[in-house]
Amino acid sequence: MNNITISKAVSKTADAIIIAIMIIAVILTVYPFYYAVINSLNEGNDLLKGYVLLWPRKFTWDSWKAALSDSAILNALAVTASRTVIVTVFQLFITSMFAYAFSRPYLKHKKFYAALGFCSMYISGGIIPFFLLISALGLYDTYWVYIIPSLFGGFYNVIIFTSNYKAIPASLFESAKLDGAGEFRIFLSIVTPLTKPVLAALGVFSVVGLWNDYSTSLYYTQKPALQTLQYYILKLVKSRGALEQLQSSVAGNPEIAQLFSSIDGSGTVTAKSLELAAMVLATIPMVIMYPFAQKFFAQGMLVGSVKG
Amino acid sequence: MRKKGKTPAQITALGKDRKTQLTLHAMLLPGTILIIIFNIVPLYGILIAFKAFRPMMGFSGIFTSSWNNFENFKQVFRSSEFWPMIRNTLGINLLGQCITIPATLIFALLLNELTSKRFRRFVQTATFLPHFISWVIFGGLCINILSPDGGALNQILMVLKLIDKPILFMGEARYFWLIVILSGLVKDIGYGSIIYLAAIAGVDPTLHEAATVDGANRFQKIWHVTLPGILPTVMIMLIFAVAGMLNNNFTQIYVMQNPLNQPASQVIDTYVYQIGLEKFQFGVGTATSLLKSVLALALLTMANFVSNKITDTGLF
Repeated sequence: MNNITISKAVSKTADAIIIAIMIIAVILTVYPFYYAVINSLNEGNDLLKGYVLLWPRKFTWDSWKAALSDSAILNALAVTASRTVIVTVFQLFITSMFAYAFSRPYLKHKKFYAALGFCSMYISGGIIPFFLLISALGLYDTYWVYIIPSLFGGFYNVIIFTSNYKAIPASLFESAKLDGAGEFRIFLSIVTPLTKPVLAALGVFSVVGLWNDYSTSLYYTQKPALQTLQYYILKLVKSRGALEQLQSSVAGNPEIAQLFSSIDGSGTVTAKSLELAAMVLATIPMVIMYPFAQKFFAQGMLVGSVKG
Repeated sequence: MRKKGKTPAQITALGKDRKTQLTLHAMLLPGTILIIIFNIVPLYGILIAFKAFRPMMGFSGIFTSSWNNFENFKQVFRSSEFWPMIRNTLGINLLGQCITIPATLIFALLLNELTSKRFRRFVQTATFLPHFISWVIFGGLCINILSPDGGALNQILMVLKLIDKPILFMGEARYFWLIVILSGLVKDIGYGSIIYLAAIAGVDPTLHEAATVDGANRFQKIWHVTLPGILPTVMIMLIFAVAGMLNNNFTQIYVMQNPLNQPASQVIDTYVYQIGLEKFQFGVGTATSLLKSVLALALLTMANFVSNKITDTGLF
């Protein structure tokens, strides 16, 4: 009897420790975003005294307003959003259509497509041959570089689609065929409506990936008009980081330090507060997407790992 | 469901006609063209690792430029950046995996021990979030938190009197590995735990019941039932880790890299980018990535072989 009470007490302590660890984990993962929000809502000038840790010292929407009226940010937002929508729609269509035809048991030359697909999954030429290809195709420094190379969603997604198509009862295809429906018709009006969940899941992944991508801008564009939002923020982060290092290397010299802080800007909006506001604004769409993503991605991963 | 009494063989035969096959191949066409152009054609570009290729030659120069007797590879090995970048790549990956795999596994085990379903959902929701945020933003936030100019960490360390003047964390090479590893851990611990949680859920519940009857406590059950049950999954993650030992997360490291921390932050992937797309030495860059791919394949085969021998689980 005594043993049981002891083990119960031990178990309760263990529970408390586990809960404490989990709360620390939650704080560590969520605090960076909270930090960005409160600091971007703090007056820029006041931020030069140091970041705020818990609550804005001098609350203002000015940095957010400045970010939302900055023409470079708005342009980057338009590039990113249009690219994300266009690529996601066409990518889902082209990839699921490919997967449907590939999943038909009576498809001839299936081995050719399988070989092609697995090659594309496991072998890559690396970034430099790809860069040469992009230049040779005339895609370098054009908006099309954001669209055309991403139109096919990759063979891994084909495998996920295919394993979902296998779950559709064969009799459905048979009766549609006997009623005279062609393959494309079956794909569009029977298979696609039945596989909405996997379309949604892969669509969410695609949106997240495209929205967060900066390397396409970094590798294949030069024009400021073609910057994506992430790339624009990257440039803000990098230039302010460089400034900060210069500042701290001349920390002993107040005059030069003064000069540097004047580059940083003054008033209610500074380079620092604008950067943070841009970060928060670029995060909002992902936070809105997040509940959908969370719902689908455990599913998506399981499908991939079990049947892939 | 079958109408008109057709046999399955006849129905399969329905698809063999010319019209159906044409439709199917037409549906495969857009994807096939994209794979050939963007995945297969660039493979020819690997040739420039062995050639005296200059950027002005354009795409056709891949074929017309002359062979240069492995000069590109020699240049990679002669480069003063070669050993530092190997050290950084392996250091960040090995140290990173030694911290990340156990931490993620322990996180998953603890998450599974939570009795309240609602609290568990809350923790999962919060810890998954950073995975969906780009490295530009998450890395940028880390830089802001680590800022010497009144950043959160410096403020806290100053208040606790652990330091007397702010540290330029991003500007000192010796902190870089740790910053990369820990920020990566915070960003992906929730997402990484899914695979272990799925494996834990797959452990036969009767084993747990038997252990309870035998009087095992919680820790003993984790140690003797759960852990052996998810060992295959852990082994597969280890194989992936070994196979990916030469791969760094370019998107993460590029955001955090700067000239001051370069001695600790230059890895193979950032070197390929710099030498190739910034300095336009295409041959040397391609040679470096080719070397990396070949070594990665060798590592994967080796790790898989060892795992098959020891635990009977492997990828192939």
